[in-house]
Amino acid sequence: MPDLTINGERHEVDAPVGRSLAQTLRETLGLTGTKVACNEGHCGACTVLVNGVPTLSCITLVHTVDGAEITTIEGLRDHPLVDAFVRADAVQCGFCTPGQIVSASALVAASPSPDRDEIRHAMSGNLCRCGTYPKIEEAIANWQG
Amino acid sequence: MARLIRTEKEVEGRYTEQWIVVEEDALDQWPEGPLTHVGRDVPRIDGAQRARGQAPFTADLQLPGMLHTAVLRSPYARARVKSLNLDAARSQPGVRGVLGPQELEQLTDEPGYVGHAVAAVAAETFGEAQAALDALAPEWEELEPLLDPEEGVRRSSWVNDGPETYERGDFDRAVAQADVVVEAEYRTQVVLHNSLETHQAVCHWEEDGITIYISTQYIWGIRDAMAQRLDLPPDKVRVVCHAMGGGFGAKNGPGDYTSIAAELAQRTGRPVKCALTRREENIATGNRNATIQRLTAAATADGTLTALGGEFINAVGFAGWSPSTEGPMQMLYSCENVRTTQYGVKLNMPPNAAFRAPGFVEGTFGLECLLDELAAKLDVDPLELRRRNYADSDRIDDRPFSSKNLAECYRRAEPHWAKRDEIRARADGPWKHGIGLASQIWYGGGGPPSYAWIRVGGDGRAQVVTAMQDIGTGTRTAMAQIAAEELGIPVEHVQVSLGDSARGPYAAISAGSSTVPSMGPAVRAAAADAKRQLIEIAAQRHHVEERVLDIKDGAIVSADGGSWPLTEITGLLEDGQILGKGARGPNPTGMRVLTFGVQVAEVAVDTGTGEVRVDKVVAIHDVGRVINTLGASSQVEGGIIQGIGHTLSEERITDPHTGAPLTRTLDAYKMPTIADVPEIVTDLVDVPDPHLTNLGSKGLGEPPIVPTAAAIANAIRDATGADIRSLPITREEMLRALREAEERAKERDKVAAGSA
Repeated sequence: MPDLTINGERHEVDAPVGRSLAQTLRETLGLTGTKVACNEGHCGACTVLVNGVPTLSCITLVHTVDGAEITTIEGLRDHPLVDAFVRADAVQCGFCTPGQIVSASALVAASPSPDRDEIRHAMSGNLCRCGTYPKIEEAIANWQG
Repeated sequence: MARLIRTEKEVEGRYTEQWIVVEEDALDQWPEGPLTHVGRDVPRIDGAQRARGQAPFTADLQLPGMLHTAVLRSPYARARVKSLNLDAARSQPGVRGVLGPQELEQLTDEPGYVGHAVAAVAAETFGEAQAALDALAPEWEELEPLLDPEEGVRRSSWVNDGPETYERGDFDRAVAQADVVVEAEYRTQVVLHNSLETHQAVCHWEEDGITIYISTQYIWGIRDAMAQRLDLPPDKVRVVCHAMGGGFGAKNGPGDYTSIAAELAQRTGRPVKCALTRREENIATGNRNATIQRLTAAATADGTLTALGGEFINAVGFAGWSPSTEGPMQMLYSCENVRTTQYGVKLNMPPNAAFRAPGFVEGTFGLECLLDELAAKLDVDPLELRRRNYADSDRIDDRPFSSKNLAECYRRAEPHWAKRDEIRARADGPWKHGIGLASQIWYGGGGPPSYAWIRVGGDGRAQVVTAMQDIGTGTRTAMAQIAAEELGIPVEHVQVSLGDSARGPYAAISAGSSTVPSMGPAVRAAAADAKRQLIEIAAQRHHVEERVLDIKDGAIVSADGGSWPLTEITGLLEDGQILGKGARGPNPTGMRVLTFGVQVAEVAVDTGTGEVRVDKVVAIHDVGRVINTLGASSQVEGGIIQGIGHTLSEERITDPHTGAPLTRTLDAYKMPTIADVPEIVTDLVDVPDPHLTNLGSKGLGEPPIVPTAAAIANAIRDATGADIRSLPITREEMLRALREAEERAKERDKVAAGSA
């Protein structure tokens, strides 16, 4: 039974072999802030942090992260990035946004004042079909207010 | 007062004449320019909810006992189902319901495209439903598909009544008499919407009605369509959509999945979700159809357009509709002689669906590239050529425009356009730089009917209630701004309740750039109605005349300087409420309501490898009054970024022999990422349309994507001399165009040498 620390809380989850981390979060634990848009690791909507590293939860089997610390968007609700995204209007339909913020949180943790190229490099795995990209870049560049 | 009128109704460029009951729009427009809340940057009121992953998407809904659905879709472009083992599927683990082709109109045993729904299984989990599809063990008889649009024209295979022709003036004579004639064939590809939330619905029968939770652009359209399909009175169908993850035109109707979920829910007595996978999304939910455009432009030596003509082939697919790809040619310029023929070809390919300015994106690419080819031949400046052929009234039926500020857009483009020489001089080795522009024309006026209610409580706060949808464009926020402006209260004191057909009056579709122009005036009218009542109460309370009272910054103010907090008046209500109602008034009669704009693109082309890089796009659009300047810039950027994908990287590739789409995943289908985005400058003219509603606002969802492809292609010509004829501009297309330009130049040199 995988033993996970999710947003600081310990969870022992009863999961059949083959269950993805995204399914576990969304369906077992009701943490639906993590979105699944392609379910095959191409779009970044399902990004969560596994021990601080942005990870595609839709193609991560839950059994492979036994003992890990998982951070989802629910654990980042008070992160200054949320406010920065809203101020910059880096949210259109909002379906990709939680994944964007999770990816961005890892970037700013590693590099608190990222330049344009760093932002573009770190965020290029998170697709946004509404085309919110310029505002996402602005939000991350100004995340500290 | 309600009034019955017979009027033209326009959605996505399609007009129908119909009776509409409208209410008078008695309010004067607000003055031009930024007001207290309207015309300013306002962050989305639901932004934090969405950013935190708390917005209730259909994809997030888990009802107790809910079953999941998998759909068997045809792997063949045309086939007959010889056998299907429904009973075997019924006995699979977890399966609770199975539907075969004979049991639902949306399922077929003679599929006409890859992705056509044949059967469906509902099970306890999606995995079980998917596994049970194998047990269906379908046997197929493959049939010869029709895949080539030109063959479709030869065989008269139409999705509609046949070719649509239009002519004004005498096209043939004008071409014969012209000083200069250019002809070119342009092709555009199939592109996919690929909203990040896939098409999906959850259906739940309760008592004698059904509740449908659905990712949709049109709550009321789903209600009416499903009432008809289920043979229910419309009020027995409740449609709910509080948040949805993108539509772009593909989510206007219920599709196959809503009926599949409804039928399986009825049979099993359980709520049923039918959510498409990403791979289904790429074959079975609509697309922007491919086009072939054979175009002609003729002009006098001074650059007066004397004739425009074109044959437009829309490769529509197995079903769908034929968009007006010829529209820009008929409408954009003041040309006396225009002849167009449009073919809507039925093929064994997935059906099209509206996609952000359908037809006009494709048609503007052809027309505006042709105009630049003409400008090159005439040696006239492309911006000057467009000004010389400016249309002062609608040329289809000589109606005046309700407003048109395209000349102002051109004026604002000048400083960017003036950098032509400077940009070209950036050429460095194989990299050539250039600048191009293209004009935009499209609809976006909205129309009646649409309604809103407002309730103001004892706390002085207002709630806007209307059963509209916010598809990610920020309409919730725009409605709050409009209500706050009219009521004289802070935006934070306005809540907007939408997304539920059982909780609010009818609201328009969020397509055709119509949400703000349709809904905004209704919300303002409702707020004005509530305000009038508040002032009536204040006048009685303070013994002053109503006409001297107003509400500003949350206070009742009197012309003589008196001021009382609004809550002092609303506090008198205790649990009572002020209820305001408003309706969208009619569109101006005898006028054409359109949006306009121009985009200027700067590109760099590597003439060695064919790589194209867009460095900058300046977008100048006239959409009447802008409600939220922040949200508007996001719409413009989003449209341009989708346009860049359409221009450079996106294409649904299909096997030409089998008709099978080969790009079904988001790594194969190349949408822009953050690394592909150029500098984008948004400049909106922001002048209210004096004839359109109490707001003077038009829609902005679609205009920004219309001219992007042509502006980029024209910048490529400016940089390299190469004529782009086909989208997407892959390296292959770029190198082909460069080779062709080189050969043309050699030919010219040879002729010049021969005559010397």
